[in-house]
Amino acid sequence: MNLKASHTKSYIKQALNNDVLRAAVDKATRTAVKKRADKVDAIPYWEELRYRAHVIKRDVIEHLDTYLQQFETQAQANGIKVHWAIDAAEARKIIHAIAVKNNVKTVVKSKSLTTEEIHLNTFLMDRDIQALETDLGEYIVQLLDHIPSHLTAPALHLSRQDIGKLFHEKLGVDYTENPNELLSIARARLRKKFLTADMGISGVNFAIAESGCLTIVENEANARLTIGLPKVHIAVMGIEKLLPSFRELAVFLKLLAPSATGQKQTVYVNIIGGPLHTLLGEGPEQVHVILLDNGRSKILADPQLRETLFCIRCGACLNACPIYQQVGGHAYGWVYMGPIGATLIPQYLGVKEGRYAPFVSSLCGACFHACPVRIDIPHHLLKLRHKVVESGHSKAIEKIGIKAWAFLARYPMLYRVATWFPGKVQKLYKKPFPVPGYTKERAVGLFDGKGFRRRYLDNEKAKGAKNSKLI
Amino acid sequence: MKVALFIPCLSEHLYPESALSMVKVLSHIGAEIDYVDGQTCCGQPAFNSGYHKEIFPLAERFIELFHEKEYVVAPSGSCVAMVRKFYYDLDIRRDLHAARDELAGKIFEFTEFLVDVVKVEKLGGVFPHRVTYHDSCHLNRELGVHEQPRQLIRTIKDIDFVEMQQPDLCCGFGGTFSYKFKELSISMVERKCRYIEESGAEYCIGADSSCLMNIEGYLRRHNMRTKTMHIADLIATSLTNE
Repeated sequence: MNLKASHTKSYIKQALNNDVLRAAVDKATRTAVKKRADKVDAIPYWEELRYRAHVIKRDVIEHLDTYLQQFETQAQANGIKVHWAIDAAEARKIIHAIAVKNNVKTVVKSKSLTTEEIHLNTFLMDRDIQALETDLGEYIVQLLDHIPSHLTAPALHLSRQDIGKLFHEKLGVDYTENPNELLSIARARLRKKFLTADMGISGVNFAIAESGCLTIVENEANARLTIGLPKVHIAVMGIEKLLPSFRELAVFLKLLAPSATGQKQTVYVNIIGGPLHTLLGEGPEQVHVILLDNGRSKILADPQLRETLFCIRCGACLNACPIYQQVGGHAYGWVYMGPIGATLIPQYLGVKEGRYAPFVSSLCGACFHACPVRIDIPHHLLKLRHKVVESGHSKAIEKIGIKAWAFLARYPMLYRVATWFPGKVQKLYKKPFPVPGYTKERAVGLFDGKGFRRRYLDNEKAKGAKNSKLI
Repeated sequence: MKVALFIPCLSEHLYPESALSMVKVLSHIGAEIDYVDGQTCCGQPAFNSGYHKEIFPLAERFIELFHEKEYVVAPSGSCVAMVRKFYYDLDIRRDLHAARDELAGKIFEFTEFLVDVVKVEKLGGVFPHRVTYHDSCHLNRELGVHEQPRQLIRTIKDIDFVEMQQPDLCCGFGGTFSYKFKELSISMVERKCRYIEESGAEYCIGADSSCLMNIEGYLRRHNMRTKTMHIADLIATSLTNE
């Protein structure tokens, strides 16, 4: 599946016409919103946690250079090999080199958006390295050749029936739509792969600077098998994923699971301290971590927009978004979707490719309220809209219209004449002006013709009040 | 108490009745009304579309016109949010920064003003109908005003106030969004109107004419029976009924 962020308008239309997709997304997001609310409402200090998380992330992002160096030193002391990648190509090159050196033919992967971001799977396949997704949702999405449609629930856009059909067609099993049976089918296939894979690739939820450890949270134990069974483990992380110490991790673990899946805690919290020899004789022989920039330091340069780097990819803003609820994640055309995706798309892909994304929002603010790190997403979307306009990617007709309107609004007399005119015309026309597309489904209000000012002043005059300073 | 009226564009040109109702209610509670002639637009539609420098002059003249008033009150949460919060994102003239701060502290949305500033406990009035309330997003989330309008509605005699499913769900208007992404916007208002109708209310009350225009437009085009009503109209009508 090859999506483009610049095609978002047509993806949205397609999604709105796809009733099966809409039903699946509606059901999944409704459940997620309810489950989250149940957990969040039970935590009386939830708002305090959100503030603390925000302050912690601000400290990390604003002193990222220090924390990264501290992490590198500590991780190396733990026996983890640290690699720096400026962009996707460099990250892929590093991974390929490690694979070649260790004669890797098969790779198991646990869910990682960062590896989606660098298009790792197709890259490995093209080099005859088999990469298998082991998170159930990702496994399904990979079988379909889709990309994830949600940050934490990759196959959210599919129904049980879709998955039953897919397994029947691709895996040759009898059709079933029973979730437990589907799970067993996937599990049986994946177990064998875990035991024979040459390398495991994972993402990272939080990296701890003080101790050089990596944290991965999950529910299916597939991450645990990915990072523990093969002899080589590579963790790919964006440079923003750091936390100062385990004390701060506690705050984030309290926030993440309720926000993401409506759980109190995830089933597993994996903490990686290093390879085999520093532990108790279990684990991989090599642990590599790739610190990926890929545009993040550019985002860091903007004092306001750097807040978008606080994201912990929980997906709460997606579930809460009345737009995501209607169209799902593929409509955004990139691996990061929903409200936070709409802020990341123009920043990572450039304002030309991402020129529509910041506008796919009614600025309702439900995302900000759901965000466990208090990222003011609507505010950032507004700033990015400004960037799109400033870089000349808005429509010429819109620009002319707005400039003309803004000019008139500087002069009350002119503005009054300009706004009086449509009222008069409408009086002759006797019905609201048609706006293509808009008025097909919605009536619009009629221009009053007289307006508040005239009415109010006439009333006052009738009351005998003296009107002064009329312009 | 002297209240300067800030009449947003939609209220001026499409829904002057609601603004006049606001004047009636404010007079009823004993406020002295001050109409600032020469006001135009706060600049919100352009700002939300990404245009900043075009509206510097609008923001500057708005601040100059209003900053010395005792109170500034508007029948719209989003226009108040523009002045109170988003004027801080505009690179306006330095000598107006103090005036901007001053204005941000005394501009209020209508229901917010009645409840938080005037501390109105009971307005009186009768309205023997079933109503529901739609939370406008900017009013609710940018200004944090959701209890105030409900409190005012509940003080009206004989009113049957019911909450709809997800009263704070966006109606899908979003200014130019409603045109730029028409199909999406329509699918959102369709859902909103479904919840409104399911509530069984005769009237859907709101505090922002823009959301009400969007909702009313859909209800009317689809012959749904619920009517929309601005909260200022509701209170003014209730007072006349008494």
